[in-house]
Amino acid sequence: MSAVPGDEPVIEARGLRKEFVVRVPAGRFRRTRRRVTAVDGIDLTVRRGEMVGYIGPNGAGKSTTLKMLTGVLMPSSGEVRVCGLPPVARRTQLALRIGVVFGQRSQLWWDLPLRDSFALLRHIYRVPAAAHAARLRRCRELLDLDDFLDVPVRQLSLGQRMRGELTAALLHGPEVLFLDEPTIGLDVVSKQAVRAFLAELGRSGETTLLLTTHDLADIERLCHRLVVIDHGRVVHDGSIGALHARYGSRRLVVAELDEPLTTPPVLAGAPLLRTEADGRRLVFACESATASAVVARLAGLVALRDIAVVEPDIEDVVARIYRNAASEGGADPAQGCSITRTAKVPGASASYRWGTSPGNVT
Amino acid sequence: MGSVTATVPPPITRNIGWMFRTFAAITGSGFRRYSTYRQATLAGAFTNTVFGFLRCHVLLAVATGAGGVAAGYTPDQLATFVWVGQGLLAVVLLWGWNDLAERIRTGDVASDLLRPVHPVLNYLAADLGRAGYALLTRFVPPVVAGLLFFDVAIPSRWSTPPIFAISVVLAVVICFGCRYLVNATAYWLHDVRGPMMIWTFGSGVLAGLYFPLHFLPDWVTVPLWLATPFPSILQTPLDVVVERDDWPVQVGLVAVQAVWAGLILLACRAVQGAAERRLVVQGG
Repeated sequence: MSAVPGDEPVIEARGLRKEFVVRVPAGRFRRTRRRVTAVDGIDLTVRRGEMVGYIGPNGAGKSTTLKMLTGVLMPSSGEVRVCGLPPVARRTQLALRIGVVFGQRSQLWWDLPLRDSFALLRHIYRVPAAAHAARLRRCRELLDLDDFLDVPVRQLSLGQRMRGELTAALLHGPEVLFLDEPTIGLDVVSKQAVRAFLAELGRSGETTLLLTTHDLADIERLCHRLVVIDHGRVVHDGSIGALHARYGSRRLVVAELDEPLTTPPVLAGAPLLRTEADGRRLVFACESATASAVVARLAGLVALRDIAVVEPDIEDVVARIYRNAASEGGADPAQGCSITRTAKVPGASASYRWGTSPGNVT
Repeated sequence: MGSVTATVPPPITRNIGWMFRTFAAITGSGFRRYSTYRQATLAGAFTNTVFGFLRCHVLLAVATGAGGVAAGYTPDQLATFVWVGQGLLAVVLLWGWNDLAERIRTGDVASDLLRPVHPVLNYLAADLGRAGYALLTRFVPPVVAGLLFFDVAIPSRWSTPPIFAISVVLAVVICFGCRYLVNATAYWLHDVRGPMMIWTFGSGVLAGLYFPLHFLPDWVTVPLWLATPFPSILQTPLDVVVERDDWPVQVGLVAVQAVWAGLILLACRAVQGAAERRLVVQGG
């Protein structure tokens, strides 16, 4: 049974902001310093036991937010508390209470077998032997680790390594689990294993989970709450259902006909969206009419070969949000997309101060 | 899934016993990690031994040219200086460590920062484990080769081995600190090839690897010893083991090492703190 999230906030961010100063060429010998905003005043409250999907296009500021929440990056301004602690100032204490998985990085020791890595983590996180053994036993069962526990990490496949990473992040019993693209690059089977594991974890309602991903199937499977950010700002915070309602997502009824129709039927509350296959396939969007009503009406009007009801596609909705946000944020093309890119380029330099105001500096 | 999670904050303890166990566990992992590269160990020990023959013959020729004693070293002492030095080279790991710089460049350093252990302590503990493995596998072969093929000076005073042991541990700590600082420039520069080249050249000359620093005039060596950490990395433990000086001087040299070890670790901590305040973690 799914647990109801508690009232106690585990993650609290107010006006969270991160600016980077980047140097861009301005002539043959000159370089101009420019301040770009990666995260632009995010407010976020996550309560104990919640499973939150945190999504956005590339360069939106997802990973930067996660790094600030985990204490790896110092915010330029704003307030943030995770488990009641300021993440940067109390990073090592916070590390005992959170688990982090970066899909594109490893927290395991390259040269050591998984078993040795896990044993070392027990000492690093000061976990009593019995609690460590119990958690490891459970992870071994759920993630099927036994076949490669004695293999050095460098020889593991990506899917095996990711299962090891998840275990490593959970062995100290974290209150909050931060997952940054945990299914990136995984095959279907490995993705399913990781999702099933996280779903199982979420069912207990004890671990709070913040997940960033580009694979929206992860979100649909795991998260009740979705936070969409773009250009460093929250553009949606609510359930997936609320997202569909807000952006007018509709169920589709796809009717395959025996013979093409010259004049397609007109159905009240379900406009014809498109005609395909030379008029043999009709696609209706359910607006005020229910799918069953549309199917019943169609069956009475035409000879049907097959019929399908298609649920609204979250990817379409999210793509629409990204496109809208991109067109609204078009005033400053340097913001958003170039921010994180600049920060990623080796050689890019950045600095920050608390409470600095946005704007260009030279 | 109840056994995988916890809702109660773990006790924040500064228990010395726990800290010691954590440090020891990371040290043990450093030992195990390096022990997985057996072919590299073998190749390194062989190379150091071959170069030991070259260096030993050159320095013995210098001693012969100087009338038997060069800068206060007898031929036996010079042979010991060379062969123990060839072994210590791998124990202190003067060259070839860029793990931290590479992790900064790729952004993997984020994982180090997410551990409940200070990064300097974390890397130091692992490096002590590495040094322990090198002591067994990289130190012994050249020293045995020296014993077999040359007349070497064996320590005659009972106090020398323990002073030498302390001196080697401090040398490892100092060398680790220097390497950490050189690697940490990656926080600012991203590409550490420049600082690494300066370190490689400077440490080889000033630590006493290429020639004993006493070959230089006193007005060079004394400031070098006191104002830089380099002689404390190789020259001091080697002077201790060849018993160039009486035991009070040996203890004094090791005390200088201890001061440098403390200063370097403090510098590492300060640099790490400064780096974290301006850190840009590379990659998404």
